[in-house]
Amino acid sequence: MLFWPLVIGAGVIWTLVMVIAAYAVRTTPVDPERTERLARSMVRWGGVALPTVVLAGLLTFGLIVLRDTTRGQGETVVEVDGEQWWWRVTYEGEDGPIRDANEIHLPAGQPVTFRLTSDDVIHSFWVPAIGGKMDMIPGRTNELTLTPTETGIWNGVCAEFCGDAHAQMLFKVVVTDPDEHAATLERLARPADVADDDPGLAVFQENGCGACHAIRGTPARGRVGPDLTHFASRTTLAAGIREITPSTLRRWIAAPEAIKPGADMPAYDDLTEADMSRLVDFLMRLE
Amino acid sequence: MTGFPDNLPPAPPYDPERDKAQRERLLDTWRGPTGWRYLAAVNNDKVGIWYLLTAFGFFVFAGILALMIRTQLAVPDNDFLSMELYNQVFTLHGTMMMFLFAVPIFEAVAILILPEMLGARDLPFPRLSAFGYFCFVIGGVFVAGSIFFGAAPAGGWFMYPPLASNEDQTGIGTDIWLLGLSFIEVASIAAAVELIVGVLKSRPPGMRLNLMPLYCWYVLVVGGMILFAFPPLIAGDLLLEMERAFHWAFFDPERGGDPVLWQHLFWIFGHPEVYIIFLPSIALMAGIVPTFVRRPMVGHSWIVLSAVAVAFLSFGLWVHHMFATGLPEISLAFFSAASEAVAIPTGVQIFCLIATVLMGRVVNSVPMLFAGGALAIFVFGGLTGVMVALVPFDLQAHDSYFVVAHLHYTLIGGMLFPLMGGVYYWFPFARQKKLSDDWGRWAFWLMFAGFNVAFLPMHWTGVEGMPRRVWTYSADQGWALLNMVSTVGAFVFAAGFAILALDVLWPKRNRPMVERNCWGAGTLEWAAEVPDKPWGIRSVPLIRGRYPIWDQPGIIGEIDRGEWFLPDAEEGKREMMVTDVLDARPMFVQRVPGPTYKTLLAAVALGCVFIFATYHWWTATLVSAVVAIAAILWWLWTGTAQLPEKPEKYVGRGMTLPLYASGPAAVGWWAMFITMIGDMTAYFGLVFAYFFFWTIHADWPPQDAAMPLTVWLVVGLALALVSWGLMLAARSANTAGRAGRSRVMMGAAPLLALAAIAAFSWALFAPELDPTRHAFDATAWVLVLWLGGHLAAGALMQAYCLARSLAGYVTQVYDADLRNITLYWHFAAVTTVITFALLALFPAML
Repeated sequence: MLFWPLVIGAGVIWTLVMVIAAYAVRTTPVDPERTERLARSMVRWGGVALPTVVLAGLLTFGLIVLRDTTRGQGETVVEVDGEQWWWRVTYEGEDGPIRDANEIHLPAGQPVTFRLTSDDVIHSFWVPAIGGKMDMIPGRTNELTLTPTETGIWNGVCAEFCGDAHAQMLFKVVVTDPDEHAATLERLARPADVADDDPGLAVFQENGCGACHAIRGTPARGRVGPDLTHFASRTTLAAGIREITPSTLRRWIAAPEAIKPGADMPAYDDLTEADMSRLVDFLMRLE
Repeated sequence: MTGFPDNLPPAPPYDPERDKAQRERLLDTWRGPTGWRYLAAVNNDKVGIWYLLTAFGFFVFAGILALMIRTQLAVPDNDFLSMELYNQVFTLHGTMMMFLFAVPIFEAVAILILPEMLGARDLPFPRLSAFGYFCFVIGGVFVAGSIFFGAAPAGGWFMYPPLASNEDQTGIGTDIWLLGLSFIEVASIAAAVELIVGVLKSRPPGMRLNLMPLYCWYVLVVGGMILFAFPPLIAGDLLLEMERAFHWAFFDPERGGDPVLWQHLFWIFGHPEVYIIFLPSIALMAGIVPTFVRRPMVGHSWIVLSAVAVAFLSFGLWVHHMFATGLPEISLAFFSAASEAVAIPTGVQIFCLIATVLMGRVVNSVPMLFAGGALAIFVFGGLTGVMVALVPFDLQAHDSYFVVAHLHYTLIGGMLFPLMGGVYYWFPFARQKKLSDDWGRWAFWLMFAGFNVAFLPMHWTGVEGMPRRVWTYSADQGWALLNMVSTVGAFVFAAGFAILALDVLWPKRNRPMVERNCWGAGTLEWAAEVPDKPWGIRSVPLIRGRYPIWDQPGIIGEIDRGEWFLPDAEEGKREMMVTDVLDARPMFVQRVPGPTYKTLLAAVALGCVFIFATYHWWTATLVSAVVAIAAILWWLWTGTAQLPEKPEKYVGRGMTLPLYASGPAAVGWWAMFITMIGDMTAYFGLVFAYFFFWTIHADWPPQDAAMPLTVWLVVGLALALVSWGLMLAARSANTAGRAGRSRVMMGAAPLLALAAIAAFSWALFAPELDPTRHAFDATAWVLVLWLGGHLAAGALMQAYCLARSLAGYVTQVYDADLRNITLYWHFAAVTTVITFALLALFPAML
């Protein structure tokens, strides 16, 4: 709403100032008194009057836009907690919170309020295609209300420098029709569809993955890292930086540092080939 | 002419013999040391050049870092730089450009040209200039050099906690940043004090404030801004370093702290900083443009008022760096309005420059080319600034490459291009040779084109969603082409600067000396002889216009023949004239000290204090501190408030002036006053922290907090105030000629001051206030720490005063030390009362 008027306005003013400056350079005063009058009125009109009027108008307009964009509560609330260097996402479900990570599902056309927190360092939540950003500051809870209008998958980034892997702290926002969105939330609310004797789950637990990651419906309850209950249904791995494929996942587990320097997850490069295959196969089934 | 005799007796007829003898004596007195003693020099022309070259050296270093950044980002998924190194490189790039180039270069240029523009022989505290320079080099090398050890700061140039307060997240680099820069900030403030006093007190006779060149006005305004802007950052640095080194609780929300406090303190500094960088460049333009259009600036008073208005407004808009922190709408609206408003006085200054050009016929030259380029770039940066000052727009653009583009348009257009114009313009002033016109045009066009190719697309990169401070990005984000274009532009820009640098450094033995006043300028610095002389000005003229060389025909000859004031150095002492603040009436002759190594020693020792503290080598820190204090005392003892061998001297044209001054007439008193204003500002940074916590906490002090013991706070207050009272009484007794009684009081005062420190500390220590427990305890302790430091310094000064009195340097008439230290104690008393009120009264009122 603000962008193009501002750009065009700035372009016009810039050109105007340059034309005046060029005129000032080229012209040679013939009648000094007249030129002096011209010079003084130039300062008065160009330096004082014009900017005052333009800026006052602009400010009023900006404040009205500000009121419209920040006022109001969304119909739904999504809690997003910034972590080094990924995103903890919690929806309000009918039967309690629905935990997910690094991907946010939103209904098109409905205002959504994001409740933004962090407990390590300052992050900033930004989905450029949908709206403005808001910082996530330890000790504070900030709110940001946005209304996505178009369906599709949009990129989100961390906009505040948050340490080593700041550049790779990304996420995806999936905007769908409200009906489809409701179905998605219902699916996310369900525990993982895993048998107790799943061989992949055994590898997962034996190697201590469950100490950091939770998979609802299994004994894995870790809260340090992202919730993996519906891992395979996400579009990306490692907070928005790679597409989820079995081969990428395998490389990630063996050496997270190679894909995302600074990541906290330890390297599991001593898994046997068989265990690794079982683990990857298991994770890829968590839809 | 108000207050100045218009009917001065004529100068004695010209006598070549006398002229020759005077010149020889002046030369002997002012000649700088050569050979291995070169570093002992304190003349402003030497120190100014060192400062300038060093600052440009850091600029080149930071510029190379910028090219490394651009190389890394040229293509997606690049691995030219590792993540760790990239984070260090971008942090150091911003830090160095801001702290080691943009502000020091203002001070460097001012130290170099201000005295000559004022027709002064030097600045009033030449040794302070040298000291400030050495602090700057040592601190700068320490901060910049850290990258060669992989230990450079990596938390961004804004150092936001909790990232920056967590030692596991950000290593020694953050300490290097905090302590190294604090050290440099002290030097910056020292230079600001020097420049303010220089403008106020060392103007030539007759140069009333309204006749002062615009450049000097800007130096005054910017010096004042430094005085109010840097101290809050020093306060913030203190808090952050205390949290890092000793785990005091200021920014940790779990212990009652708040990371946002740092952002306030940082941006209260950080935003005025932008105008501290920008205004001096307008000042350079205001020096260049009149010369090349051959007429005075249009709207002289408009420009001065606008500069002052910008200075004031710049302190009221820091929150626009924090629009995305979730502040209430009303603050956003207020700071958005203030941010827009600053564009108005800025516009006035720019239109005054354009109007001046309109009034005259422009002489085509390289400096004017740079001025034109600066205008085009800066106006564009200003317009994008108007955009980001609108909150809804900013929430989109903030921390994206749009802001990177915006800030480079304002800083490079508003600072670097005018500075480059200034280099071409003042180079003949400093070196009596001109830079090449052809090379200059190449440099300009490469820089101008390269700059726009690099930074114009960056606006769009930001709109496309690329955040700042990312070390890499993937191809599918769609930012690759824009980034590649920016990188190409950056290298073209660098090539342009390289041409300029090469021309500056190229040996010019075969180029002819310039003629005198080679550009036909109107201000006094161009009255200097060619080849130049170390004495600054042959004789100090009476000024009757804003452009003395234009307004007073024949003035150069009069200066040269020694027809004006102070044409001689009969006693072989370095002398300069001190005039009064408003009307520039001659008041007395100030004798300034000559070459010395003491300042270098003091700077090295003080540098060691900061460097050893970085590594927590406390014993070495303490030893260095003792050496630093001793060196400073030695320097003061032998260089300041020296007794003249006679009370007054004849300075020419029928005028006789005193050789000593104390109290508000003296430059030392002004320096103390101005320094203490800055000091109080830093203290108010700590007071701000106290009230900030009060506003964010429902219970402050917290329910379970241990409270300072009121009775001991009262004792401490009483002791400190009595110590202050004794200082006042000692001054009166001294003036009344009762030296013995005065000395007894000066002997007792420091003991009371030390006892006051003990009482205040005990008031917190006994009830076990633990600064690592809660922000309340930490804030109380840091207030007492600050107060204790000031009382201890005050006690040392009282003892110094006593020693000076016993040694015969403080007498009934010559009492500058006593008066300056009493002035210090006025401020110390205010600090004591406020600290007492915050600790004892304020919690009781809640």
